[in-house]
Amino acid sequence: MSLAEFTDQWLSAVTPQISEGPGWLTDLRQGAVEQFAVLGLPHARLENWKYTDVKALAKRNFSLPGTANASADVESLVNKSSLGLDAIRLVFVDGVFSESASTLGDLPAGVQVLPLAKNANAAKPVLGQVAAANFSGFTALNLAGWQDGVLIDLAANAVLEQPVYLQFVATEQENPVLVQPRILIKAGTHAQATIVEHYAGVEEAANLTNVVTEVDLADGANITHYKLQQESAKQYHIASMHIQQKRDSRFTSHNVCLGGKLARQDIQVELSGEGAEVNLNGLYLGNGRQHLDNHTLVNHNAPHTNSNEDYKGILNDRSRGVFNGRAVVHKDAQKIEAHQSNANLLLSDKAEIDTKPELEIYADDVKCSHGSTTGQLDENALFALRSRGLGEEMARGLLTLAFANEVIDRIEIPAVHDRLEDAVAGRLPEKFNLKGLV
Amino acid sequence: MASQEMEQLVRREYKQGFVTDIESDTAPPGLNEDVIRFISAKKEEPQWMLDWRLAAFEQWKTMAEPDWAHVDFPQVDFQAVSYYSAPKSSEDRPKSLDEVDPKLLETYEKLGIPLHERAALAGVAMDMVFDSVSVTTTFKEQLGEAGVIFCSISEAIREYPDLIKQYLGSVVPVADNFYTALNSAVFSDGSFVFVPKGVTCPMELSTYFRINAENTGQFERTLIICEDNAQVSYLEGCTAPMRDENQLHAAVVELVALENADIKYSTVQNWYPGDEEGKGGIYNFVTKRGECRGDNSKISWTQVETGSAVTWKYPSCVLKGKNSVGEFYSVAVTNNMQQADTGTKMIHIGEGSRSTIISKGISAGRSDQSYRGLVKILPGAKGARNFTQCDSLLIGDQCGAHTFPYQEIGNSTAQVEHEATTSKIGEDQLFYCRQRGISEEDAVNMIVNGFCKDVFKELPMEFAVEAEALLNVSLEGAVG
Repeated sequence: MSLAEFTDQWLSAVTPQISEGPGWLTDLRQGAVEQFAVLGLPHARLENWKYTDVKALAKRNFSLPGTANASADVESLVNKSSLGLDAIRLVFVDGVFSESASTLGDLPAGVQVLPLAKNANAAKPVLGQVAAANFSGFTALNLAGWQDGVLIDLAANAVLEQPVYLQFVATEQENPVLVQPRILIKAGTHAQATIVEHYAGVEEAANLTNVVTEVDLADGANITHYKLQQESAKQYHIASMHIQQKRDSRFTSHNVCLGGKLARQDIQVELSGEGAEVNLNGLYLGNGRQHLDNHTLVNHNAPHTNSNEDYKGILNDRSRGVFNGRAVVHKDAQKIEAHQSNANLLLSDKAEIDTKPELEIYADDVKCSHGSTTGQLDENALFALRSRGLGEEMARGLLTLAFANEVIDRIEIPAVHDRLEDAVAGRLPEKFNLKGLV
Repeated sequence: MASQEMEQLVRREYKQGFVTDIESDTAPPGLNEDVIRFISAKKEEPQWMLDWRLAAFEQWKTMAEPDWAHVDFPQVDFQAVSYYSAPKSSEDRPKSLDEVDPKLLETYEKLGIPLHERAALAGVAMDMVFDSVSVTTTFKEQLGEAGVIFCSISEAIREYPDLIKQYLGSVVPVADNFYTALNSAVFSDGSFVFVPKGVTCPMELSTYFRINAENTGQFERTLIICEDNAQVSYLEGCTAPMRDENQLHAAVVELVALENADIKYSTVQNWYPGDEEGKGGIYNFVTKRGECRGDNSKISWTQVETGSAVTWKYPSCVLKGKNSVGEFYSVAVTNNMQQADTGTKMIHIGEGSRSTIISKGISAGRSDQSYRGLVKILPGAKGARNFTQCDSLLIGDQCGAHTFPYQEIGNSTAQVEHEATTSKIGEDQLFYCRQRGISEEDAVNMIVNGFCKDVFKELPMEFAVEAEALLNVSLEGAVG
């Protein structure tokens, strides 16, 4: 059966969602349905999906999640998987907002944090403005059938000291569900905020998360975004984040991808005002048969824009990593600096990495570079540790962790930093024997 | 630079553009079985070769043109192309230079390669391909003594059918892509080199290709085989006369290196690039691939690409043998409306195989250039190593330079490094030269030549000199 034949099946799965909400939204969703009918699910013949085959995923039947499960089990699960941040916290269980588990607290003037399902009308000026519905079949599907999510609206000069913590928890369901959150972030001129998107859940959860995040930064806005993906080894995770940046705005992304059976993250950045800057940090760590795919695209549309990208990957067992970083410098976008780096460590002979750092340049006054390495640990560094009496495996373990830490150490929230370092150490092979050292 | 001077340089015309008036024995435009039979008959080929061609044609009919390259050109009407053209004198081949059509010699004269002198001086044997038929072959005897076979592929099909049957299409399968299938069906000529066991070819082998007859695509087929412990260096250079209609060029080159063999293949490609508005120019769709079949074998590609309106070319190495080595050194220059999508593929299969890729791209005018490369390390290629460096230099704000490096690594002992930079010529470098009284044009040439040095040093001496001159000529008028 070809992928196209699954399109109808997928559409019928989101149909109940389409008529939900106000009329303008229904129209928007209807348009997205038409887009999806044309695009279908991505297939391996598309250059962007060359290494990630969603056929197995396409064949699965997902149903829509019901109402939020508020049992005691879920409550303990939510607490267990929480990062324990001092934050404005919104909890979503299988994509449905859980008011009881969330703490919105007192928000400073000019800041709105609204669960989306109940406040759809507030999203009207933002929804679909940054993320094109036809970016991929999955983005179209999300627009057609998103169930809940959040709108974070920062007025001009609003500064949010506390991070906004979006906690997505997956539970085990009789029939795996299709969870489609929509996250909308709108930052007015010189507004500042930190947002943490976190995905975790029970080990048996086997759902599909298909999330779309839109970030709109006005002049001088400064947003730091954390994406921590720790879904279960049976979950499918498809995510795309779209960022629009105006003059002198600054966006920093930390994207840590540890979980999922198949995980795909797209990040698309439009640098559309002079002086805009984006920093993309990423780490992916695969075990077992995980398939972790990271695609980033930075469009330098305006002069004097900068981008820096540093992604690191560690692949063990039979896992497969995919990295595609693309920087495009458009015509007349002069005085650009774009740097990209991707380094990978393969810990097993069965692991694989497919990496492609691309540069597409149509202007001449630019400084662009990219580098990509795949290899082993530095023999000299290993020797230095061995000569101090460390066992071979432990020395390798420490160096591997240090490799990951180059990304983790850029994380500025201590609670997140520590949790992640633990999580990464815990996912490295046991033979490294890192317990107690971290 | 004075703007008048600039104007002059920009308007400089393609120096090698002229048409030799020789009555061609040309097949009517179009492609069908009859045309293939005509070509095969012209070449006096055995039946099996004709069958091979016809089978390729059948395959080709089912295939579609590749559309993934970063190039944009009007659809080629394959039925409007004439697939065979030979100088009239092919019926009775000249035995020596004296018998060669004086008009042909005149052409070479204009190109600045007085055959007898230059060949003698450089110690190079020239298998001249004028359009599709080898016109003259020199130094053949000397090569014969060493046991090296160097002849046209048509001759090889007649004289050495067993070698052809064994190797033709074994590196680049007929249906590898649209253009290889086309080439397999209609290839008209090309070179064949066979270096037997333990022989180091006594001289550098060189061929000068030149497209001449109007509306004729040239479909060369080159096959080079190096047996155990053998060694050869092959040079290929091209120029083409000026023409308004686009000419199609779809060559296939196959290299086979057995144990400890060493093949070095150098190319200077200077087909007509079209005028400054992008009118005319050659479409160059080439498939070049070498297979390191034996342990410790080595294949090295060096290319200087300055010509063609559209280039689609990825000289590749399949590293099957243990500790085999693949190399790719490339300088590509695009100016005006030229488009080039070029790079390499290194497929590591053998243990300890190593590859190096050095690619230097220079884009000027309104041209567009892409490096597209694949480094694939298979699980069995333990300890495989690759180093890739691709740098782009941009001259002017209307051009494009792109890098698409694919890396597929399936082995934890492999080490793969890739680095790429894109920038324009540094103002401070230019200033430094200008301040010492060097003109802007010369300064740019110096800087560009320095940028390409890593590749030029891989070229045989006489080619390196030519390449540098060619680069300067290609970039004339691009600087300001």
